[in-house]
Amino acid sequence: MSHRLTVLAAALMLAGAAHAADQIKVGFVSTLSGPGAGLGVDIRDGFNLAMKQLNGKLGGLPAEVLIADDQQSPDIAKQTADKFLKKDKVDFMTGIVFSNIMLAVGPTVFENKTFYISANAGPSQYAGEQCNPFFFNVAWQNDNLHEAVGKVVQDKGFKNVVIVTPNYPGGKDAVSGFKRYYKGKVAEEVYTKLGQLDYAAELAQIRNLKPDALFFFLPGGMGINFVKQFVSAGLSRDTQLFAPGFSADEDVIKAVGAPMMGMFNSSHWAHDMDNPENKRFVADFQKEYNRLPSLYASQGYDAALMIDGAVRDVKGKVEDKAALQKALEAKRFKSVRGDFKFNTNHYPVQNYYLRAIGKDAQGRITNKTMGTIFTNHADAYVAQCKMK
Amino acid sequence: MTQLFLEQALNGLQFGLMLFLLAAGLTLVFGIMDCINLAHGSLYMVGAYLVAAAAQAADSFWIGLGAGVAGAAVLGLLLELSLFRQLYKRDHLSQVLATFALILIANEAVRIIWGAQPVMLNPPEALSGPVEIGNFFYPAYRLVIIGFGLAVAGLLYLLVAKSRVGMWVRAGASNREMTEALGINVQALFTAVFVFGTALCALAGGLLGPLLAVQVGMGESVLILAFVVIIIGGIGSIRGALVGSLIVGSVDTLGRALLPTLLRALLPADAASTLGPALASILIYLLMAGILFFKPQGLFPARA
Repeated sequence: MSHRLTVLAAALMLAGAAHAADQIKVGFVSTLSGPGAGLGVDIRDGFNLAMKQLNGKLGGLPAEVLIADDQQSPDIAKQTADKFLKKDKVDFMTGIVFSNIMLAVGPTVFENKTFYISANAGPSQYAGEQCNPFFFNVAWQNDNLHEAVGKVVQDKGFKNVVIVTPNYPGGKDAVSGFKRYYKGKVAEEVYTKLGQLDYAAELAQIRNLKPDALFFFLPGGMGINFVKQFVSAGLSRDTQLFAPGFSADEDVIKAVGAPMMGMFNSSHWAHDMDNPENKRFVADFQKEYNRLPSLYASQGYDAALMIDGAVRDVKGKVEDKAALQKALEAKRFKSVRGDFKFNTNHYPVQNYYLRAIGKDAQGRITNKTMGTIFTNHADAYVAQCKMK
Repeated sequence: MTQLFLEQALNGLQFGLMLFLLAAGLTLVFGIMDCINLAHGSLYMVGAYLVAAAAQAADSFWIGLGAGVAGAAVLGLLLELSLFRQLYKRDHLSQVLATFALILIANEAVRIIWGAQPVMLNPPEALSGPVEIGNFFYPAYRLVIIGFGLAVAGLLYLLVAKSRVGMWVRAGASNREMTEALGINVQALFTAVFVFGTALCALAGGLLGPLLAVQVGMGESVLILAFVVIIIGGIGSIRGALVGSLIVGSVDTLGRALLPTLLRALLPADAASTLGPALASILIYLLMAGILFFKPQGLFPARA
């Protein structure tokens, strides 16, 4: 009897697979330990919050999110992605924080014809010549936030700038983005090891160069240590700090505190943006995790909503890759950053805003939106993308 | 220019002295007991976590530092009595396997207790700014670290070179069997040395906590540097560990500061920016290879 039941169950499962999927599986690989952990944790918490609001379903179908830590290592990320793709047969992948890891994992995912929805890493490679139908970035292209800072530094009339960034693909994108809009003198480009925590040698060098502004892109723990050490070396008196939103969001502010006040940064999203989706997101996030969300959390949240909208659009038939791609491109969800659309290279065309760190009405040190830097801004690589 | 030179020299000194705190314990355990302790870096990590936890509980960095170091010393004592005592007589492979297992256990235990995200440890408020002497600026907290490092180095010199216990330690390092034959209680001596090494590790971890980050796996990267130091200095020699630490600290700092700028003068900017940091990080290993070529036993071999 039990044998016959098993056969019946197996037959039912086979029948189910031929039509719409009965369950959506998402493989979530992210950096959840080490100095970059804050970023991955925020993306995960944002994603999970959306899942909770959607009652654990994506596009109306029961969903399972498999979460794994890549320990900020491309090798471990690739092994985990292989397992998710081959053994667990996930329908979507997301979660990767760092561009070098994204570039290592990408080919395996694309070969398997699985859609990757990037909630953070936006390497220039995948925006230009190596653009791929199976890659979507729901956040930004790496250069974008840096371009916005470059424009602000240029417009504010700073003349002598030092750039500090880690020596990895995301760091190179940061420098080219910044220099695309800042046309003044760059006294020095300082490249550090990814994950470096002690900046004594670099800070001595910066002191010697006497810049009037310093642009740094050091995500996660790197930025926390850099700002602390910058202030304790007494450099903040003569040099104005600028950073993309990554190095000046809630994770860094919480760790550094008052020394961050007055720092300018750029972002495509801010927790004080006035739209109903964002208000709900920020309120629910605070209720759930008892802290303000960062831009990473908003990106994880949007990634979940994007998958939800696309699966709903194809009525659960995720096996029809062409239809699913169309649905993803059509952006069937309302983002917490307000409206945006996808470019032909599957990267967003959107607004970028200037934020400044100060005290809010409740006396918390946090970001405040000051104005718009770019309107409907596209990335610089889209012309090189010949989407197949 | 003087500011830059002096600041970089102090940075090198600060980094070197912290390496010395780690290398001193490692070189004694390796040199005297002939025991390869890969878990030395884990003791550094656990020490840093204990200091951070105690500092948060007591709301004072200095109380936390004292309590954390004491806690780590007790842990070192328990480890020596239960595990390391069994390992001294075994071959190096068993020691490597057992202490590697300790690394994995320590990392997982810390992950379970404190979580995967780094723990924040802030320096005392009074030391969070720079010290100004005329036109010269230097972070006050780093000066305090240098002070601690110099004090420990001085204390170790007195202990090893001038005291009776130090004489036993030196005797044990150069000829263990003969020292035992002379009636020294080597077992108790080993325990004391191991506990002392653990306390130095925890001191380094606690002092560096506010500068770096207290996190899982922080011990592994620094362990490699500590091994480089004791190989350069000569295994078992405290003086070698001090000289080796200062050399490695200065070379690392100067390499990071000067190489990229030098290369930029010779190469196109994008090649220099890739090659510079890469070369700077292999400089230490080049140095080690060079020293071993001329002095295969290290600079100050204990068993000459």
